[in-house]
Amino acid sequence: MGLTARPEGRTLATFQPQSQEGWIATRLDFLVNWGRANSLWPMPFGTACCAIEFMATAASHFDLARFGMERMSFSPRQADVLICAGRVPFKLAPVIRRIWQQMPQPKWSISMGACASSGGMFDNYAVVQGIDTIIPVDVYVPGCPPRPEGLLYGIRLLQQKVMRERMSDSTRLRAEMEPDPTSQLYIPPSAIDTLSEPFGNSVNQTRSGL
Amino acid sequence: MSVPPHRGGPENPSAAALRERFPGAVGRVDVVWGETSIVLPPERVREIVQWLHDDPAQRYDYLCDVTAVEFRDPEEPLTVVWHLRSLPHRRFLRLKAELGAGAGAPLEVDSVWSVYKAADWLERECYDMFGIRFRGHPDLRRILMWEQYHEGYPLRKDFPLRGRFSRSEQLRQALAAHPESRYSLEELSIADASEDLPEAMRQRLRSGERTGE
Ligand code: SF4
Repeated sequence: MGLTARPEGRTLATFQPQSQEGWIATRLDFLVNWGRANSLWPMPFGTACCAIEFMATAASHFDLARFGMERMSFSPRQADVLICAGRVPFKLAPVIRRIWQQMPQPKWSISMGACASSGGMFDNYAVVQGIDTIIPVDVYVPGCPPRPEGLLYGIRLLQQKVMRERMSDSTRLRAEMEPDPTSQLYIPPSAIDTLSEPFGNSVNQTRSGL
Repeated sequence: MSVPPHRGGPENPSAAALRERFPGAVGRVDVVWGETSIVLPPERVREIVQWLHDDPAQRYDYLCDVTAVEFRDPEEPLTVVWHLRSLPHRRFLRLKAELGAGAGAPLEVDSVWSVYKAADWLERECYDMFGIRFRGHPDLRRILMWEQYHEGYPLRKDFPLRGRFSRSEQLRQALAAHPESRYSLEELSIADASEDLPEAMRQRLRSGERTGE
């Protein structure tokens, strides 16, 4: 690795453990990004026919688990990437935004299919014309529905994007849309805890037996 | 299996029974593809449906659908349609009631909720999409669109395909909606629901036990 002759008369202070085993030198950025990119837990938000293709991608033939997405995270609080598979009607718009807000940083999102990306053929009164009007989107996967290979390609692109992130880049974290306490949308955290208590949350699992 | 003719063919025997039981109430009777449609005056539909449900010779015990039709011709009245099925007699009957034509016509008809509980959501959907009010319905709210939806009734012919408001206004209103607001407090509150739980389960919950642990 670029060996050059040591300047005359100088010795380098070198760390010399008894054995070189168990040591690796790398950039922290690289290591963190490598870990993140290969353990993206998806939050599947399947609303229509694209979700069927998403299930095919997750099933054994295409096997999403090969890319570190073994575990579908049905709780947004444990998810890294929101995969919106299917059309989003206006009635679901506040729901998908709430789910996005509940996901912890760092988080990414994939818009799967023509409907999620642009409304698709449903240019009508009921359907949101692209989820990027509600939440930020990292990768758009075209198709109606995209084949599993298409979704996998989108996921690979997202992994490349994650690998390129830098700690020093302050735009790295996605800007949060903070709910305004005076708005109708705002529910204080204490009220959310009361409401979600019977259903359990990531801290208090009442149903899954985990 | 022989295919019934497009028009004509034997009438559903319930049509003759209705003519006899409610003289003057039975309007046009069409038989299309072997299915009988009967046009009734809107104000008598509930009473007639009740009789069709109760009479041992009719026994229409299953309400398949409540919907409405609006025609492109503004002179044609908006029509409410009930699909009834009699499981014991294997009969299918379609009832229609023509509400007034034109913009000012009152779109009201009696609810059949007191006869069939299935009418609850079907009539709510019909109200949501066409703006028809069902008198006597216990809870006539929107069901598909959210409750604060202001743009009108989407399946009416004068409703533009993309809605009345701009896309950004639609999105703003949709995002301002409370995701929880479409559930009643009873649906959300375990305190109220706990009254309906079996006594043994209530005791276990009170002692702090959690399911699945
Ligand atoms: S893009 Fe096509 S397959 Fe996907 S949700 Fe829309 S209509 Fe269905």
